[in-house]
Amino acid sequence: MKRSTLKAWFLVHKWTSLVCTLFLLLLFATGLPLIFWEEIAHATGAEPEAEPVPAGTSRANVDRLIEKALSRYPGDVPLFFGWDEHAPLVYVNMGARPDTPPPEMHTVILHEYTGEVLPAPQFNEGVMFFIYRLHTDAFVGLAGTLFLGAMTLLFVIAIVSGVVLYAPFMRKLRFGTLRTGRSRRLAWLDLHNLLGIVTVAWALVVGLTGAINTLAKPLEQTWQARQLGELADRYRGAPRPTRFSSLDAAIAKAQAAEPEMKPAYVSFPGTGYSGDHHYGVFMHGNTPISERIYKPVLVDVQTGELTAQPELPLYMSVLLLSQPLHFGDYGGLPLKVLWALLDLITILVLISGLYLWAKRGSTEVRLAELESGSVEPALETEH
Amino acid sequence: MNAGSGQRSDGSGSTFAMPAMIAALSLIGLVGALVGDGVFDLLSWVALGSVVGTIAWAVSKPRK
Repeated sequence: MKRSTLKAWFLVHKWTSLVCTLFLLLLFATGLPLIFWEEIAHATGAEPEAEPVPAGTSRANVDRLIEKALSRYPGDVPLFFGWDEHAPLVYVNMGARPDTPPPEMHTVILHEYTGEVLPAPQFNEGVMFFIYRLHTDAFVGLAGTLFLGAMTLLFVIAIVSGVVLYAPFMRKLRFGTLRTGRSRRLAWLDLHNLLGIVTVAWALVVGLTGAINTLAKPLEQTWQARQLGELADRYRGAPRPTRFSSLDAAIAKAQAAEPEMKPAYVSFPGTGYSGDHHYGVFMHGNTPISERIYKPVLVDVQTGELTAQPELPLYMSVLLLSQPLHFGDYGGLPLKVLWALLDLITILVLISGLYLWAKRGSTEVRLAELESGSVEPALETEH
Repeated sequence: MNAGSGQRSDGSGSTFAMPAMIAALSLIGLVGALVGDGVFDLLSWVALGSVVGTIAWAVSKPRK
């Protein structure tokens, strides 16, 4: 590699890293407990524990469940109804208006069979929610989310440039070389290279999928405006329905239309997920992939008739698939533990990078070091 | 001063042979559990576990 090319890559690595490192430390530190959100919620009792299904009982009528939930928050309208993946529980999200944002929603959790109301953790409170906000938007809304997304893209550039610099430095060295007997700086440099190159694929995937997740809101809005907009055209001029037909019947209709799938959640009219005139029954499959790629079935809230089964556009599928790859929540507890270890290792890469920058010499000295792999003892006499 | 520890003199193996293998294992681990459950989860754990294991190996191997 020519000296000038090497210098350019070195400067790219240095500056992209420097700009994003503090934010990435925040993201990897807050991301660590978020990996175990479910486990923490169960351990702290924040998650309701469901009684087993009483023998000989059948599922409660969904419309009754929603009435029961609404009686807890007089004045609210229903927004979403959904099923717990692991327990016979359902949740009802409500709010003052159909377009109530998630932080202002109320949640009621009920037993799917007995209809018993269980003590429900409100999503928008507690330490974990605080950590979640720090991680996703740093309490400054969409602008914060997009900013963190931009930092994540710098992180990706830092990773790529780091791989480029790895080549000349390791030219004369065996993989895994750790020289701890010479200067402390060299030991940190070897460690930075080893940890960085081992975690490179994982960090790229988590970084890129994280950046995609920061676009969730704009992508969802685009999808709603385009696909639901088409549908809304058919209802132009029609007043907003005030009386809704049975949701229980609508779910049965959606189930009949997609017999291979099961319902995951339902959106009410006005929430942005199914226009102003429909229930959106979001169906999903059983495998880790098909579980996340939803298939919406739209049922007219007034007539109770099935109106449409739109295909999710590609960008929505990419978004939905990039979520597990970012969260690491799709392969049981062992995968989460590995995710946590890789998270911690990446934090070490960031900290060792900061250390190497703090112990900086001139760019020329750094370039000579990269070209030689610090194999010549002469290089140790730095100024 | 023994500068030769860890030095590659015979030119065997490219710089990126091991890193490429580790990256491939990482991707197998990442995608594996997404494809299915059961044996696919196991595949993921083994693949990603060996990626983390590489570091344990490098840190614990005797150094001159």
